[in-house]
Amino acid sequence: MSQQIQVSSLDAYYGKHKAIEDISMTIEPQSITAFIGPSGCGKSTFLRTLNRMHEVIPGARVEGKVLLDGEDLYAADVEPVSVRRMIGMVFQRPNPFPTMSIYENVAAGLKLNGRYARSEMDDIVETSLKGSNLWNEVKDRLNKPGAGLSGGQQQRLCIARAIAVKPEVLLMDEPCSALDPISTLAIEDLMSELKNQFTIIIVTHNMQQAARVSDRTAFFNLAGQGQPGRVIEMDDTSRIFTNPSQKATEDYITGRFG
Amino acid sequence: MAAIAVFLIVEAVPALQANQGSFLGTLTWTPNNTEPSFGIAALAFGTLLSSLLALVMAVPVAVGVALFISHYAPRRLAGVLGYVIDLLAAVPSVIYGLWGVIFLVPLVQGPYEFIHEYLGFIPLFGGDSVGGHSIMTASIILAIMILPIIAAISREVFLQVPRMHEEAALALGATRWEVIKTAVLPFGRPGVISASMLGLGRAMGETIAVALIFPATFGISFQILAPEGNSIAANIANGFAEAGPIGRGALIASGLVLFIITLLVNTAARLIVARRKEFSGAAA
Repeated sequence: MSQQIQVSSLDAYYGKHKAIEDISMTIEPQSITAFIGPSGCGKSTFLRTLNRMHEVIPGARVEGKVLLDGEDLYAADVEPVSVRRMIGMVFQRPNPFPTMSIYENVAAGLKLNGRYARSEMDDIVETSLKGSNLWNEVKDRLNKPGAGLSGGQQQRLCIARAIAVKPEVLLMDEPCSALDPISTLAIEDLMSELKNQFTIIIVTHNMQQAARVSDRTAFFNLAGQGQPGRVIEMDDTSRIFTNPSQKATEDYITGRFG
Repeated sequence: MAAIAVFLIVEAVPALQANQGSFLGTLTWTPNNTEPSFGIAALAFGTLLSSLLALVMAVPVAVGVALFISHYAPRRLAGVLGYVIDLLAAVPSVIYGLWGVIFLVPLVQGPYEFIHEYLGFIPLFGGDSVGGHSIMTASIILAIMILPIIAAISREVFLQVPRMHEEAALALGATRWEVIKTAVLPFGRPGVISASMLGLGRAMGETIAVALIFPATFGISFQILAPEGNSIAANIANGFAEAGPIGRGALIASGLVLFIITLLVNTAARLIVARRKEFSGAAA
């Protein structure tokens, strides 16, 4: 179900600008990995290279390798579309399809993947909404528009939509930054449950969040203005937050910069 | 709006009172005779049929063009194409009409005869004879005329689709066409309907281009290739100069009917858009 990701010497560009440089890391299955670091240091860019969403921006490109269970996602014969079906993504701002009902939103990915019988579809929608802890709140109004839910519910709807297609990996790009503390807590609890089934990678600006939910943490930083972002340090979360090996990491997490 | 309606009604009533035939049912238009007799049915039918046919031909092409410009074409080509479409939307209708008479009418004669011979068993393409001055030709010209407007507005609407909705679809593993199906078209639907209604309004009110094509016959026939056809606006343009007082009133009454039809069509379109308002994305 969930698989290991190995990244080796990966660079990403926006046109001529190099946004991230020489990133190598291993991400273990069934764990939560957090990316922290100051704004503009390439965390989100790196996250988007993992499901080939980086290249949808005009002029953007990637060099290097990303291996999912040993297979290079950037090999010439790999379709970006199939990569994105294996590696789901949740965005910073909740983005349910405004023209679709709650049910249709969850089923949207399934409809792309092929034909399902109605009963099968119902089952998957129910399981996915239960999986994202939203079922009890919406089971009586599945045909209402998804955009009518609260921000936190919309974000859990987006998580349900992402897990409905049974990806191997779930990427989350600051999933709680637009949410209130209660909704944030709900999503954090959800992540701890989901890590039994998926490899989860989360970008966050909230260091307490990284400390609370993640098993491993990677600290990103820029060498300087206009320089590409790099991974300064990656280690077990408990170690990063108590005894980091790099001075820059310590400065960042103790709030001395960033 | 109200002032226009009042003007139309005041001018039309005396003629309607003098009418010896039935305004709704009579299939002739002789308001200048000593016993005036005229009916709107044939004209209204010609207006609606030619405009709807034009819409059926124009909307799919316009949406395709708009999608190509907004989501497929490279940026530079998209800019040029968008500019050309805007220019085409500004061409005066008399130009389309003249082009239709001089170029299109002779050109379609052959194809019409071909269709008539092999598909004539379908009533739509049947009839005693076929000719370039027919409902079909008028519809083609109207379709060409309204296509740029519908395409220009649809393109704007498709460009308004929030990036995050397209990314949501991409992240689910959608191909470019699937992104368009799941995110772009549903979001743009109300806008495309509004654009189509604008086009339909222009087609129904179009005067000169169709007046040049229609042979000004009076009849109701679905044989769209036959050399027949007329419309309210074309009839007004053809008859107004020689009309007596009753004739004028009759033409104004027909204008009133056109006015009402346009209102009804627009109301219907609003209802269609409003029916799914809560799913429009405006609430988000």
